[in-house]
Amino acid sequence: MIKPLDQAVGSVEAMKAVFARDMKVAFRQRQDLLNPLLFFTMVVTLFPLGVSPEISFLQEAGAGILWVAALLSVLLSLDHLFRHDFDDGTLEQLVLQPQPLFLLVLAKTMAHWVLTGLPLVLLAPVLGVMVHLDGNSIAILCLTLLMGTPVLSLIGAIGAALTLGLRSAGVLLSLLIIPLYIPVLIFGTGTVAAATEGAPVGAYLALLGAFLALALTLAPFASAAALKVSLSNS
Amino acid sequence: MSEPLLQAINLQCERDQRELFRDLSFSILPATVTRVEGANGSGKTTLLRILAGLSDAWAGQLLWCGKPRARMRESFLRNVLYLGHRPGIKPLLSPLENLRALMAGRRPITDKVLTQALTRTGLAGYEQVPCQNLSAGQQRRVALARLLVADEPLWLLDEVFTAIDASGVAAIENLLQERAAEGGAVVFTTHHNVQIAGTKRLVLTPRAVGYDD
Repeated sequence: MIKPLDQAVGSVEAMKAVFARDMKVAFRQRQDLLNPLLFFTMVVTLFPLGVSPEISFLQEAGAGILWVAALLSVLLSLDHLFRHDFDDGTLEQLVLQPQPLFLLVLAKTMAHWVLTGLPLVLLAPVLGVMVHLDGNSIAILCLTLLMGTPVLSLIGAIGAALTLGLRSAGVLLSLLIIPLYIPVLIFGTGTVAAATEGAPVGAYLALLGAFLALALTLAPFASAAALKVSLSNS
Repeated sequence: MSEPLLQAINLQCERDQRELFRDLSFSILPATVTRVEGANGSGKTTLLRILAGLSDAWAGQLLWCGKPRARMRESFLRNVLYLGHRPGIKPLLSPLENLRALMAGRRPITDKVLTQALTRTGLAGYEQVPCQNLSAGQQRRVALARLLVADEPLWLLDEVFTAIDASGVAAIENLLQERAAEGGAVVFTTHHNVQIAGTKRLVLTPRAVGYDD
């Protein structure tokens, strides 16, 4: 006789499984992993060519250029976060898992960050040298990107989940998400600017840390709710 | 009489300003097979999605083991298996990896059991091939292999016979029948001519809804 079951696999195990599957899928499609990096590098490389190769200009604008490029390349990768899962039906199965959905969404978002945000952080020092930033500024820049890019992924996941039901979601996604990215951008570049001038950066970093803590604790709930709405309407 | 697993009371659903059904009441008892019937667009898939908890566009009451479903979320999800139109198979992963990922949130299970399930569905030798290289029917079979290792008491199966060959259809018929004999409940939709003894019919017709044994 079959009886209703109570025990499910623990949330942490389930999160690990979701994370592992996303990583595996991504590495089966390695060329897609290069897209954000390529975009990042191209934008940063085009600035000296298009605006001015002067060292003074690049030193002043370098951090901003890197931050904007990183922000845009994360934005470009967002649409894929849930889209493929939605199309092949794995998203339905994810929503129907007995574990809290926000934790599973958090695992997916972390996988997205490891696959897009983290490579950008690792590439940033090389591009920082290219735009003539000094060693201290590069270190601070990488630190701000390390704290800022997870926020971009977490907030972006809300937009990606909300626009899931739409055929061409790109423009709407950008319109929804960019206003929410602006504070992160301002404090990210502000930190580097302060460091370049030799001012203390503790307060800036604390604010970025606050953004990260806030996004980490609240964004997965919003993304999970948005996913349910999108699936319900499909 | 055993207690119903899932009970729908005065279920009503509207979609695109068209009423699909209203005052739809039925119970899904253990050890039964229920077939949802109706013409294209009569709301079979919508009903199954509502029962699975994927769609919120409904009014009425849904009870899981006698209690409102909304308050039983975790228990409900653990006990229901839903297979939809989209099979939930990642094209880039192999059948074994897909099955492993689908079972990961449900219960611990060894690769050996999963491989056996794949063999029984006729996918022996394809365990390591990316699913995108398999035919539509074979991909469907990967999703169906899950039924062989599923321990959920309630199965909601939407058009599971699509793209499956005759012998496969017969195998699924047998599986569903065995499942009901063991005490599981199955609700399914299909346009195939499927014969399962003791099947209850839930007929969705626009504005007039009947439920008979």
